[in-house]
Amino acid sequence: MDLDYGEELEGFRADVSSFLKREWPLAGDEAKLSLGEQARLFRTRAIEEGHLCRNIPKQYGGSEQEPDVLKAQIIREEFAKAHAPTEPRGIGTMMLVPTLLERGEEWQKEQFVPDTIRGKTQWCQGYSEPGSGSDLASLKTKGELVGDEWVINGQKIWTSGAKTADYMFCLTRTEPEAGKHAGISYLLIDMKQPGIDVRPLRQMTGGADFCEVFFSDAKTPKDWIVGKRGEGWQVSRTTLKHERNSIGSAQQTRAILAGLVQLARESKINGKSALEDPQTRQRLAIIEGYVRAHQYSGYRTLTKDAKGESPGVITLMNKLISTNIGHEIAKLSLDLLGDEGLLGAGGGMETMGRSGQWISQYMYSLGIAVAGGTANIQRNVIGERGLGLPRDSAAERSSNA
Amino acid sequence: MNFDLSEEQVMLQETVKQYLENECPPNKLREIFDGDVGLDEGLWRGLAEMGVAGLHLPEEYGGAGLEMLDLAIVSEVVGYMAAPGPFIGHALAGLAIALGGSEAQKQKWLPKLATGDALATVAFGEEGGAWLPDQWTLPRGKQLSGSKSYVIFADHADVIVVGTQGGGLSLVERGAAGLEIKPVDGADRTRRLCHLSFADTPCEELPDGDAAAPRVRDAGLVLLAADAFGGATRLVEMSVEYAKTREQFGVTIGHFQALKHQLADMAVEVEPARGLYWYAAHALDHVQDEAERTAAVAKAHITDRYMQVARDAVEAHGGIGFTWECDVQIWFKRAMLDRAYLGTPAVHRERAAVMAGW
Repeated sequence: MDLDYGEELEGFRADVSSFLKREWPLAGDEAKLSLGEQARLFRTRAIEEGHLCRNIPKQYGGSEQEPDVLKAQIIREEFAKAHAPTEPRGIGTMMLVPTLLERGEEWQKEQFVPDTIRGKTQWCQGYSEPGSGSDLASLKTKGELVGDEWVINGQKIWTSGAKTADYMFCLTRTEPEAGKHAGISYLLIDMKQPGIDVRPLRQMTGGADFCEVFFSDAKTPKDWIVGKRGEGWQVSRTTLKHERNSIGSAQQTRAILAGLVQLARESKINGKSALEDPQTRQRLAIIEGYVRAHQYSGYRTLTKDAKGESPGVITLMNKLISTNIGHEIAKLSLDLLGDEGLLGAGGGMETMGRSGQWISQYMYSLGIAVAGGTANIQRNVIGERGLGLPRDSAAERSSNA
Repeated sequence: MNFDLSEEQVMLQETVKQYLENECPPNKLREIFDGDVGLDEGLWRGLAEMGVAGLHLPEEYGGAGLEMLDLAIVSEVVGYMAAPGPFIGHALAGLAIALGGSEAQKQKWLPKLATGDALATVAFGEEGGAWLPDQWTLPRGKQLSGSKSYVIFADHADVIVVGTQGGGLSLVERGAAGLEIKPVDGADRTRRLCHLSFADTPCEELPDGDAAAPRVRDAGLVLLAADAFGGATRLVEMSVEYAKTREQFGVTIGHFQALKHQLADMAVEVEPARGLYWYAAHALDHVQDEAERTAAVAKAHITDRYMQVARDAVEAHGGIGFTWECDVQIWFKRAMLDRAYLGTPAVHRERAAVMAGW
């Protein structure tokens, strides 16, 4: 066991760090550009240097580096330290780009990948529907081929970023006669067209990050399909195998925990600092146990990835672990806020004072618990894929249909 | 960056596990658990012959000179198998002598402890949960008078490392005058407990005992955490296995989401803790400024997880889980010992809070 990166990798770290000192933040006239412009400019340089988009071929705008999870981790650490932009965080880079690289046509990769990884085009994901949540394959949004175009009718929901997205990747029922899963195609759709109506959904926090999307004869060209007709379900599963490492989230959580200790220091219980309250001290230490276990698990996963070995069942657990920790942090923060827990969240994270941020976090932790598969769905995944328990019989029947 | 076990370490774990699977199968474990003695000399001798008794002791005294992590991963296997025996007390006593003993004391005891020819244990606990060096009140001196509580297999030990007032350590040998050893009806019958009383009992102080005691305490916390991780892992496996075989309503009960979710939650409580005990063990040898606090966090966190998972495992097994006949109770009771021995989770969380400046 050795927690150092070793001489060669520390040399690499020094290179990354001096690149960042040179290139970020931007100086002179470039510093006057909009934040988005600055980030795009910087990303282009970081890609040329080989630091970003490492697994994306050069012909599609990536830097095409040898896979190396340790170098990737060092880059993440150094970029985070310098507050420098990394790959755009959206669903486009995380989900669409890997899917296109594996299943897309040549022209699709050329047309969509370079602008997406530089943050020039934004994507949203058209999966969930009002009647299709965990039973996603029951989706009904219809795509009909009329001449050279798909004509789309139906509704998507919980679509994050639909207001600002340029395009959607959308699961659409194009083969109504085929089976449940075999009737679905993966279509790319231009969001800026008259047949699409986007209505923001107001969240319990007061903010509105996700939307309903209504299609009334929306159109997309015949060849804006990834995979063949009826292969959409498989295509959408492509990214599932790219499980995410937990290190980033554990480090964030440690920062939140430090904030929580500070909140306890400033809050009063019976006229004394809450940090002196034995129960508060216990609860903070309990949370720390979970957070640190999560963090070291991340180190282990990183090592396993670097060796090309499977880290095992832990990769299926990271979301539920983060959710559980988020709940505990949220509950303690509300207790510490006392009276201030009567206040609303305010709406936007940036404009809020101390209480607003914690109250918002109190509610957002539930959003995280629900988004991308509720905690109970995660438990099914852990139980079935991780522990080898039998599949739910209703789901079994349906997927055989 | 390599946060993983080496091939040698994986092999060490596998060898110990294989040995225990062969030599301490469920019927044997049950026999020892139910028996009067709780210690199987042959089983312990076999472990000692594999080097387990002196893994962490210096090579010049016949040990293997390995690190705390190596000892901890063996503790994980011992916990996983619920192996009855004196492993933890013996390991801590040897460490105390290696760190705090005079040259003569080391010469006298360490080679015998490393081979398992002599058995050692530690007497740290005192009435009222006073487990930690700064809480000990037994007066020091050339002779001891007073008492110690909850000493693992003291009735079999050739030498006992006794914690004394202000955090010192003294050696008391088997049969010493005025030493009275009274077995306690402990819950965990794989690690039998005794109360000790001393009346002008001759002893020998470890000259560097005061410096060694906190290190021995931290090692103890890490070994308990590792044992707890192993035991909790096993309980999850046993519960999953039961859910895959027990049938109701014509299907195995693992089909039912209520149980599936409970099992998933149990696994999520346990699996991430592996890295925490690894790191705590690694820190004892390599990250001095974090070692003490991390040991406290690991002990508190993992022994608490073990106890909760043990309760869940009983539930997951239904009626059979509540019986003496069901093996779950053996791990349940080891969880009780891991949790309370050397101080409860709450004690160590408060220590962690103080050390963080909270």
